[in-house]
Amino acid sequence: MKEKSSEHSEDQHHEAEIVTETFSEAAPDSIFNRFFLEVSSLATFTLRFFKEVFKPPYEFNELISQSFLIGYKSVSLVGITAFIMGLVLTIQSRPTLAKFGAESWLPAMVAVSIIREIGPAITALIFAGKVGSGIGAELASMNVTEQIDAMQVSGTNPFKFLVVTRVLAATLMLPLLVVLADAFGLFGSFVGVNVHGHVSTYLFFSQVFQSLQFQDLFPAVVKTFFFGFAVGIIGSYKGYNSSEGTEGVGKAANSAVVFASLMIFIIDMVAVQITSLFQS
Amino acid sequence: MTTDTRAIEIGHDNKQGGLAVVEMEHVKKSFGNNHVLRDINLVVHKGESLVILGQSGTGKSVLIKCIVGLVDPDDGKLVILGQDVSELKSKELIELRKKIGFLFQSGALYDSMTVRENLEFPLRRQIRSTPKETIDSLVKEAMRNVGLAESIDMTPSELSGGMRKRLGLARTLILKPEIMLYDEPTTGLDPITSKEISSLILEVQKIYDTSSVIITHDIDCARRTANRIIVLKDGICAAEGSYADLAKSEDAWIRSFFE
Ligand SMILES: Nc1ncnc2c1ncn2[C@@H]1O[C@H](COP(=O)(O)OP(=O)(O)OP(=O)(O)O)[C@@H](O)[C@H]1O
Ligand SMILES: [Mg+2]
Repeated sequence: MKEKSSEHSEDQHHEAEIVTETFSEAAPDSIFNRFFLEVSSLATFTLRFFKEVFKPPYEFNELISQSFLIGYKSVSLVGITAFIMGLVLTIQSRPTLAKFGAESWLPAMVAVSIIREIGPAITALIFAGKVGSGIGAELASMNVTEQIDAMQVSGTNPFKFLVVTRVLAATLMLPLLVVLADAFGLFGSFVGVNVHGHVSTYLFFSQVFQSLQFQDLFPAVVKTFFFGFAVGIIGSYKGYNSSEGTEGVGKAANSAVVFASLMIFIIDMVAVQITSLFQS
Repeated sequence: MTTDTRAIEIGHDNKQGGLAVVEMEHVKKSFGNNHVLRDINLVVHKGESLVILGQSGTGKSVLIKCIVGLVDPDDGKLVILGQDVSELKSKELIELRKKIGFLFQSGALYDSMTVRENLEFPLRRQIRSTPKETIDSLVKEAMRNVGLAESIDMTPSELSGGMRKRLGLARTLILKPEIMLYDEPTTGLDPITSKEISSLILEVQKIYDTSSVIITHDIDCARRTANRIIVLKDGICAAEGSYADLAKSEDAWIRSFFE
């Protein structure tokens, strides 16, 4: 009977068991231990994702509705934040550049920072806060109220239906949101440039596009897929393996945001290293 | 009745000779050091309704979760509808699971869906090409059978406890299971609604010709629905018999359930 270990409740209980065991031994490095346990069970969860994602049947309908919920519903938040970000960044950079008599570089400088770093990173962090916590809380409350078990009993693979669709939707939607954020950020910057004096739309955007190169765009877009994946998988992992009780729901949402944000910075750091390798 | 597991075998031989739909032999399950099921032996016959009594935390829910496959037993033999579960591949296991209905203790309704979508969900997923008319008529029929026809466009959060139980039951019945497992179907309901749910269980049994396992603390529900009762204690089946038998058992502990 032991082979069918892919059971949902089984997984959960094994993890719970391991964690309590480490606690009861109460070694001084228990936080350290717990961290590695957490990472290893997250890795197992991720492996399971890759196992299930290619296996039919595919849940296209659910993927589309999740993409709508995850992507479309974040558009206004991401758009407004990015606009303000571009505006503020431009207004604050102007005095510094003016000191060096390089005010005309303003559009180019702001564009490079938005596209390369600030657009992807800020959007991903907002995404982690909104979508990561949402997935964590939703799956955790489904877990507490036995809805995940109910799905399994009715012959649906809950991992495929709930986790795979959400992770895919997050992975696909974040890059689109980042492109949108870049556009709104640049628009904000254009408005910021025009707060003092006048720069025509044509002049502004031709400066922007001259300053941007393929090496700026490509890695910036690629890393957003990883950001999206990290938010989706961590949110799902935290929700799917949440502890019993309503308290577990809050915990899952909270730790999903913390863990996902941390992961975004780690991925960003790695991405910077890799890009600089290729650029030198 | 003796407080001995051998009682089961005696009971088995005595039974009206119906076909066994669920057979458990020496089933064990532990969670860490918590040995929940120590040695469970039981048989559910076709068309009968078996009530399981026991104190809170004795593993009644774990026991029926083993039957439906939400929990894997550590040891022992589990035969469902003539198939040994340990020998099945995961595809066959999913097929087998479809023949078992499970009414969760909490109802386990999908909060994000309306009542109608809750009912359509299992249907759409089992038979992907089902035409819309068939689904509609099955949903209507299920709602009528549990007396919820007016609430079809509400969300689960707008339903009362009794209605949620009915909806949970309707969602399970829509797949026409051969075995129904009820986890505390009447807990948290007033006596009148409890009575209604109990008679609903009996009706379901008749209409759908199912075999049932019912976990309950509600002795009135047990009296109404049980053909046979098993009392669970310390991870084994401590006693078994008809309602009348157990109610006048010599064991005071068993009698205390019936007072
Ligand atoms: N997934 C799990 N992981 C760890 N322990 C569990 C798990 N499920 C159940 N248990 C433990 O098994 C024991 C029996 O639980 P179960 O839910 O079966 O009790 P019950 O008889 O249904 O009680 P109640 O009448 O209160 O519903 C409890 O001690 C519980 O802590
Ligand atoms: Mg229970």
